[in-house]
This record gives sequence, C-alpha cells and structure tokens, in this order.
Amino acid sequence: MLYREAGQFKSSYAEDQQIFPIRQDRVVIGLLLVFAFVVVPLIGNQYWLGALITPFLILALATLGLNILTGYAGLLSLGTAAFMAVGAFMAYNFVLRMPWIGVIPAFILAGLCAAAVGIVFGLPSLRIKGFYLAVATLACQFFVLWTLQRVPWFTNHSSTGVITAQVITVFGFVFDTPVRKYLFTLTVVTVLALLAKNLMRSETGRAFMAVRDMDVAASVIGIPMMKTKLLAFGISSFYCGVAGALYAYTYLGTVEPEAFTLDLSFRILFMVIIGGVGSILGSFLGAAFITLFPIFLNLASSWVSHTFGVELSHAMVSNLELIIFGGLIIFFLIVEPNGLARLWQIAKEKLRLWPFPH
Amino acid sequence: MLAGGLLAGVMYSLVALGFVLIYKASGVFNFAQGAMVFFAALTFVSLTERGWNFWLALAVTLAVMVLLGIVTERVVLRPLVNQPQITLFMATIGLTFVLEGLSQLIWGSQPHGLELGIPDVPIEWLSQKWNVNISQFDLFAAFVAGALVAVLAVLFQKTRIGRALRAVADDHQAALAVGIPLQHIWAIVWGVAGFVALVAGLMWGVRNGVQFALTFVALKALPVLLIGGFESIPGAIIGGLIIGTTEKLAEVYVGPMVGGGIESWFAYVVALLFLLVRPEGLFGEKHIDRV
Repeated sequence: MLYREAGQFKSSYAEDQQIFPIRQDRVVIGLLLVFAFVVVPLIGNQYWLGALITPFLILALATLGLNILTGYAGLLSLGTAAFMAVGAFMAYNFVLRMPWIGVIPAFILAGLCAAAVGIVFGLPSLRIKGFYLAVATLACQFFVLWTLQRVPWFTNHSSTGVITAQVITVFGFVFDTPVRKYLFTLTVVTVLALLAKNLMRSETGRAFMAVRDMDVAASVIGIPMMKTKLLAFGISSFYCGVAGALYAYTYLGTVEPEAFTLDLSFRILFMVIIGGVGSILGSFLGAAFITLFPIFLNLASSWVSHTFGVELSHAMVSNLELIIFGGLIIFFLIVEPNGLARLWQIAKEKLRLWPFPH
Repeated sequence: MLAGGLLAGVMYSLVALGFVLIYKASGVFNFAQGAMVFFAALTFVSLTERGWNFWLALAVTLAVMVLLGIVTERVVLRPLVNQPQITLFMATIGLTFVLEGLSQLIWGSQPHGLELGIPDVPIEWLSQKWNVNISQFDLFAAFVAGALVAVLAVLFQKTRIGRALRAVADDHQAALAVGIPLQHIWAIVWGVAGFVALVAGLMWGVRNGVQFALTFVALKALPVLLIGGFESIPGAIIGGLIIGTTEKLAEVYVGPMVGGGIESWFAYVVALLFLLVRPEGLFGEKHIDRV
C-alpha cells in the first residue's frame, strides 16, 4: 500500500548494483537518517539519549556483528561479550599509550585486535560445528575475561580493575555531552551498518551464506573453507570490538571486565534471534526490542502497583520480569521463529497486494 | 589429590548426564538443565525446611520435576517441532529465565544449607594412611552416579522405552512412521532429565549449599559434554573424570604460575584440545556429511 516500485527501470549496471535499488527505499532511509541525526538530538533529553538510545545503537552494532557470524555464516558463537571486552580494553590502551593516533584509528585498531582474537578462537570452527562450536566459544568468553582481570597491563595497573574511558576528541571537537556521544555513536553505527549491508551482497557475503547453508557443498563448489570461516569470525569480532569500545566510551564511561559477562553474550544472541537471523534490519529491530522491553516491563509493574495498590517488593518484580522475559522469548520463537525482520517482510508483501487478499 | 579430582569429576558428570539424556533423545541442547538442578534442589530444601519428611519431600519434588518436564514438552517443544536446533536451544535459554525467576519467586532467593545425613569431612584413616582426602559423601556421590549410569544404560539398551528413545534420536520421521508416540517419548525423557537434575541438585546442594550459583554448575558440565560427546552416557562419566582430574592437577601445578583462578576456563581449553583430535568427542556419534 505504501509504495510500489513499478516504473523504475534499471538501465545501467551501476543502478542495478545500488545498495537500495528502489527509490522509495532510498528516500525512507534518507529520512530515517535525517531524523536520527537532526530530530532525535533536538527532541531527546539527556536520559533518553544517554541511557536508552545510545546503548540501543551500540548493542545493535554488536548484534550486527554476531549476525554476520551466526546469521550469515551459520557459526554459532557465545563469546560476543568477550570480543566486545577486547575492543573496549584495547581502545582504552591505544588511546592511553598512543594518544597521537587519535580516537577513531584507536577504535579501528581495537576492532582489529578483537578480530585477531576472534580468528584465533575461530580456528576450532574448521574442525567442529554446531553446539560443539558454541560451547567451544565459551572458552573464549571465560579465557578473555580472566586475562583482562589477571594481566594488570590491560587496566593500566588500576587496583580495582576498573578503567575510566578518556573523553573522545576528533579533530579538536570534544564529544562530552550525551547528545554529542549519541551523534558519535550514530555515525560509527551508520557507517558500519552500511558497510555490512554492502559486504553481504558481495562475493564474501555470498560465500558466507553458502557455508551456512551447507559447508560441504560450499567447499565442493570451490569456496575456501578456512578463509571464509576465519574471515567471518574476523569481521564479526571486528564489529563486536568496535561496539565494545563504544560501550565503554559513549555509554558506560567506566568499565570493568565484569561488564562483559556471558549474560551480555546471551542478550546479544537473543537480539539476533528475535530480530531475525541473517538480516541487517533484524539486528536493529532485535536490539530495540530487547533494550526497550525491560523498561516497558518496569513501567508496567509500577503501573500495576499504583492502580491496584499492591506493593510489589523489588526482588519479586525482578523475578517476575525474568519470568515474563523468558516466557516472551519462548512465545516469540513459537509464533515467529524467523524474527521481527520476517514479520516486517510479511507486512510489506501484504501491503503490496492490498486491498486484494492474493 | 588425584582421587579428589576424580570424585569432583563425578559431580560434573551428574549434571552432564541430564544434558546428554535430552540431547540424545530429542536433539535439543537443553541449556535449562542448570536451572532445573537449581529448581529441584531449592524445592526439596524448602520443603524439608518446612518440616516435611525427607522421603515425602523427595517424592513431591520428583513429582514436580516430572510435571515440569511434561509441561515443558507440551508448552515449549511441541510447537517447535521441526525448527532448527538453534531455535530450540534459544527456547531452552528462555526456559532458563522462567525457571530461575519462578524458583526464586516461590521460595525466595536466600541461600540454604542442605544436609543428607552423610558427613562431608575427609575420612580420617584414609587421609592418615595414604594422605588421600576423601569424604564419605564423595564415595556416596560416586556410588549414586554409578548407579544412575547403570540404570540409564539398562533403560536405554534393554527396555522397550529405551529402544523407542534411540529410534527417536536417530530419526524423528522414521520413528513416527513405525508408530512410536513421539510426544510421550519426549515427556518421558524430560521427566527422567528432571529426576537426574534432582539427584544432581541434591549432591551439589550438600557440597556448596543451595543458592543461585547452582545454576552455573551447568557451565561446568559443558566441557564434560564436549569431551564425552553429546550423545553418550558413558561419555559423560568419562568426560567428567577427565575434567575433574586435569582441573585438579592444573590447579596445583599450573595455577600458581599464572596467579590462580584458572578453573573458570581451564576445563574448556582441555575440551578444545580433545576436540581438535576428535571433533565429536570421545564417544559421540560420528557425523558423515553428504551433499
């Protein structure tokens, strides 16, 4: 109903290969970006930007990273938080020890470090797959956190193991308020998301998908297994690493290794599943859902205690939230196992045919 | 020391058994096993603290666990038949949250002590004679684990239900085609897994007290699974013994060199090394990939 792509013909290869080949899509994306860059900072208050939208963007980026690995290349990983931790702590060290390189190169280097760690822990994926691999990536999760806690170099010999992220300065411009931090995060996330969208349509992305669908068949048609799988781990960890650096610099400010526990890995995995496995859009939808949902539950519980006069204890509320959260995940998996992105796709198809049923 | 490691390994195996059971029979990697262990132990301990008779509490807890298994099958698994394994895995993580919330909502979150009447202090003459620290409880745990494996092995190999279970594990469709009631089988398996969780919960509860940390026991059992193979009951025992001993040895010989605290990841690294040689674990089924 919203729009139809009739009458848009492609007359050159460049047109055929655009990221968004349909004009209305381009307009919508453009408007969304304008909204995100201009309108949100104007209307959003400090709390919303700092405590809600920025973490949403960061987690969306991490989800995107995991989605590249799990959704596109079909390799299940439970070590996402560890890669984020590597990114966060290496970014801190690069900015601390090599201040002349600037924050953005430091972030890129931190991402590359995370990618290196990812490749090392991705090596078992050449031999094992499925749940064996998932459990093997747990080794990464525990080992990395242990290393960060044990080796004082990473935390610059801080006695508590807590680091305080430096203020981000790019070309003399200081990103210190929540609005500015939000803009910085948004820029990084936008650039990386577009890159990912593009990458997944390239030879590399198609090789990932071939490996996901059936790796024996993929290697038979000449896709190098080792290169593809390790590249998937590398790219995914790079995204997670940058997300981790942002997590430390624009969201938390002060971080300790315990901020990146297995729980965070699971939350990001939930975002992938609920958003939609193998979908860039799904990564954002899933992240939005999981970040906003607990807040919604909180509001609901306070509303219940107000209207019915039932005073719920704090522990009771948090337990109830846990139950509802778990139940909702199961419900979601049963109703739409392919995630929110699939729902969006179905809605689009229905609207195309509207007002006719078929 | 070696004996201590072996007996610690037995404790891991107890938890790993629950994973194996469900994976073997339904191909579901049940992450909620840890939460089930916690739920079972907490229910039992809360009932006994309310002055219930030991056996009565045990029977009621067992009934609750079996019921939980059946409800899980009905509510979670049945609608998800034929979904990819990762979806089922995620569903069990959801189940983990529900169980953790539920058990603390009902029974509160304060830690409890658990006493089965078997002393958990080193037997004196053993430690004096051979310098081995083994408590009566260690031996009891080992005996329970052994008995459990024997019972399960007989159940799987000799009985009608066991044969049906193995058929279902092999191929859902073929099993259905020869008239095996898939849903009953799954309910049975989850019920048995609940029973195993109860046993593991009691053993770990005596050792560490019944508290929320009990859910992390599941994470300790995962490397055991990797080594033993996801589909093998004896594998769970052997894997547990290997992990238990290497962990103990590493704690003593490697730990001081790197500053301790290695027990969080060492088991995983051992498991990884095993996997590099045998990708499906020691006793896991070999998968042949066909295009």
